[in-house]
Amino acid sequence: MKISTKKLQWLLFGWFFLFPFLPVPGYWITIGNYIGLYSIVTLGLVLLTGIGGLTSFGQAAFVGLGAYTTGYLATAFGLSPWLGLLIGLAVSALAAGLIGSVTVRLSGHFLPLATIAWGLSLFYLFGTLEFLGKYDGLSGIPALSLFGIDLSAPRVMYGLIWFCLGGCVWLVLNLLNSRPGRAIRALAKGKTMPEAMGIHTAQYKILIFVLAALMASLSGWLYAHLQRSVSATPFGLHMGIEYLFMAVVGGVGHVWGAILGAVVMTGLKSQLQDLLPLLLGSQGNFEIVVFGVLIVLLLLWAPDGLWPRIAAVWARFNPPEPEVVAPAIAPDGYGDMARRAKPAANSVILEINEARKQFGGLVAVKDMTFEIRAGEVVGLIGPNGAGKSTMFNLVTGVLPASSGEIRFLGERIDQLGSRRIVQMGIGRSFQHVHLVPQLSVLENVAMGAHLRGRTSPLTAALRLDRHEEAQLLFLAAEQIRRVGLGDYMHTPAGSLALGQQRILEIARALCTDPVLLLLDEPAAGLRLKEKEALADLIRQLKREGMSVLLVEHDMDFVMGLTDRLVVMEFGSKIAEGLPAEIQNNEAVLAAYLGGIE
Amino acid sequence: MDFGIFAVLAQDGITNGAVYALLAMALVLVFSVTRIIFLPQGEFIGFGALTVAALQSGQFPRLVWMLMAVGVLTFLVEIGSALRQRRYKPLPRRHLMWSGIENLAYPTLVWVLARGLEWQGMPMVVQILFTLGITVPLGIMLYRIAFQPMAEASVLVLLIVAVGVHFALLGMGLFIFGPEGSTTQAFTDWSAEIGALMVSGQSVVVLGVSACLIALLYLFFDRSLYGKALRATAVNRKGAQLVGIGTTQAGRMAFGLAAALGTLAGTLIAPLNTVGYDTGFVVALKGFVAAIVGGLASYPLAAAGAVLVGLLESYSSFWASAYKEVIVFTLIIPVLAWRSLVSGHGDEE
Repeated sequence: MKISTKKLQWLLFGWFFLFPFLPVPGYWITIGNYIGLYSIVTLGLVLLTGIGGLTSFGQAAFVGLGAYTTGYLATAFGLSPWLGLLIGLAVSALAAGLIGSVTVRLSGHFLPLATIAWGLSLFYLFGTLEFLGKYDGLSGIPALSLFGIDLSAPRVMYGLIWFCLGGCVWLVLNLLNSRPGRAIRALAKGKTMPEAMGIHTAQYKILIFVLAALMASLSGWLYAHLQRSVSATPFGLHMGIEYLFMAVVGGVGHVWGAILGAVVMTGLKSQLQDLLPLLLGSQGNFEIVVFGVLIVLLLLWAPDGLWPRIAAVWARFNPPEPEVVAPAIAPDGYGDMARRAKPAANSVILEINEARKQFGGLVAVKDMTFEIRAGEVVGLIGPNGAGKSTMFNLVTGVLPASSGEIRFLGERIDQLGSRRIVQMGIGRSFQHVHLVPQLSVLENVAMGAHLRGRTSPLTAALRLDRHEEAQLLFLAAEQIRRVGLGDYMHTPAGSLALGQQRILEIARALCTDPVLLLLDEPAAGLRLKEKEALADLIRQLKREGMSVLLVEHDMDFVMGLTDRLVVMEFGSKIAEGLPAEIQNNEAVLAAYLGGIE
Repeated sequence: MDFGIFAVLAQDGITNGAVYALLAMALVLVFSVTRIIFLPQGEFIGFGALTVAALQSGQFPRLVWMLMAVGVLTFLVEIGSALRQRRYKPLPRRHLMWSGIENLAYPTLVWVLARGLEWQGMPMVVQILFTLGITVPLGIMLYRIAFQPMAEASVLVLLIVAVGVHFALLGMGLFIFGPEGSTTQAFTDWSAEIGALMVSGQSVVVLGVSACLIALLYLFFDRSLYGKALRATAVNRKGAQLVGIGTTQAGRMAFGLAAALGTLAGTLIAPLNTVGYDTGFVVALKGFVAAIVGGLASYPLAAAGAVLVGLLESYSSFWASAYKEVIVFTLIIPVLAWRSLVSGHGDEE
């Protein structure tokens, strides 16, 4: 009997629930409880750090917020723990939203450093506030009960903790496999690509920050009612680092890796604590030495963590089925999806009027003027350093223009951001491809369909988005077939050849339902066959009525392909006209081949 | 608050700030050359201070044992990697010989010196130099064992390895030095009265040493070609290798210097504070905060940040002593937001 990998994962997870029914010593149950608690926090980190690319050392502080909130409310006001859970989650979400709005915008290594700082300051705050019992903490927190059933026994708490963990895993897996999930996966690739797909990167960063904090807070609530007391120590920086440890050891981009990491780290630590004093005597603190050494060795052996290693071995025996599959026939309502009205043939759609971009004293684009009409393929060419890419960035909203006007369908766009511009109907590709290499071609292309759907993170997590999801995936699959990559639908994007990756980017741009397609040096670095395939695709798109602006410096490539050429040199337009005219234009020949003085 | 208290707090803050500055320098140095956030920095504070204290009280400096053990380990790692590469190139005999001298003979020499000489009565400067002779090679060996094999890994993985090393050193510290802290003798009992303020010789020494080291580092990295080469490795390792900069050499040097600065910071605070094997972590974190103010890139800014942290700590401990740590670590967030805005775009992959 063949069993799918996905089912097997849940089955393996299910085994953990049998654990408390086995005649195991109470100590093991305690360890199991801690593994569950740590896994919940680590799962948040997988989402935040592994998938979203935001490293946080501060998760322990959010565990503390959850634990202290319920502890304080229960001991000072006698409030029900269930109310404490809700209030704790609200407090953590609020705090995370607040801290997040300042810190997640930080770039590069500033963010992890900031998380160290606020992690520490929250920790010291727990330890100093009078009403939280200073460093002694709060004790006498009541046990949980549900409809009069007492949940205080560790074996019962074990069930609750692992039930919560299972729920979180389910929600996170659902979320990741959806429209908002693809947006989150795009975050780790920097800002330019997701914004060009219409993804609001700052909002999604704050979202995953809040989600990770919520999971940490839930773990803190369970902890408080398991321990029946809280003090500041378990919420310090050391714990924050250890959560990150678990995530990295398990495999930081993998949901199941979170549990594996927590099991390995917690199990290892407790075993070392038991074993080493027997071997080496009780003097000194050897477990921490061995623990540290083992971590270093483990990462030397598996720098990506344990889960990918195991998954690779498993895949050898049981090749994985594609996880995300588009429906074979158009789902209901697919024909009714909103589509942009096509502009009248030959009407002006893009109008560039005296556009200028200055970087300090350097004028990269100097008063460029040209226009594009509906259904035209226009080439913007020029030698290296002529300012083509800057011009491209002005039209796609990566850079604002210093002066002049750019109008698209009559509206000014020269000061708008790329997210707004893609909404108006300009799709783009990148000179250096921006893909998420481990995701399949289908999932990468579906990122372009972000603006075509409305699914919120909540509906996605609860799996209520399947109808819209089917539509979006079908849309993406249609575009993949349209560009001729149908055979590679489920191949990881990273394993395609460069030429195919460029074509993938075109399919992704087509998902945004563009009126105008901007391609940034699509032929650079391609082999002859690949160039021919690309040229055929562009001709086909033209036949379908698409307008295309092609930025290139490969003359041969653009000559047979474009209706009109605009030639740039040193930031200015030196010629414009039909390809044949440009070929004989003296200024252009001088620019490309060097003038005869 | 009258002027007297104000001045005393200022002196306190600046003195502590000077020590934080040294640590900030070391962190900036290591990060900018190797991209490693060097959390084990704190352990060298304890190692330095406790070793000087052991020398002064006539005990055998047990850190030497650790130097010898880690030296043997390093030599084994060298032999192992040489054997693994045997298929592609002949055994690097000369390299292994040097490694043997460095990792086996030198620690033995240190052991002989530690056993043979009467350290108790020596001038403090000599004691500190001898301590540096133990800690600096230790730093270099750590780089060889834990970091050099994975120099190309991501910042996150390097950081986790750094945490692993931190744990290992912390445990070793407890084993070697025991749970008790120590203080060392004062550098000088000189002091002077300027107006209402008593200027202690200790403060002057700390400030002087820190200022000199900071100036030297600044000159080295900003004015000398070798210093610039080191900075180039931080920006682009592959590029630096292509133009002939030895990234391994750079890493060794960074770790050696960081160990030296940590040790010095430890010996500078030890006459006034009780230093235990685990004191260093929080002290180093404050140096860390200072380094962040400098964006982990600029030495003068990191130094300014360190003084700011010192002053902040000193004044907040006067007004709201319980909240001193909260204040120090919270104020960093607006600074970070500002630094991130100033440094602009930088989050592309």
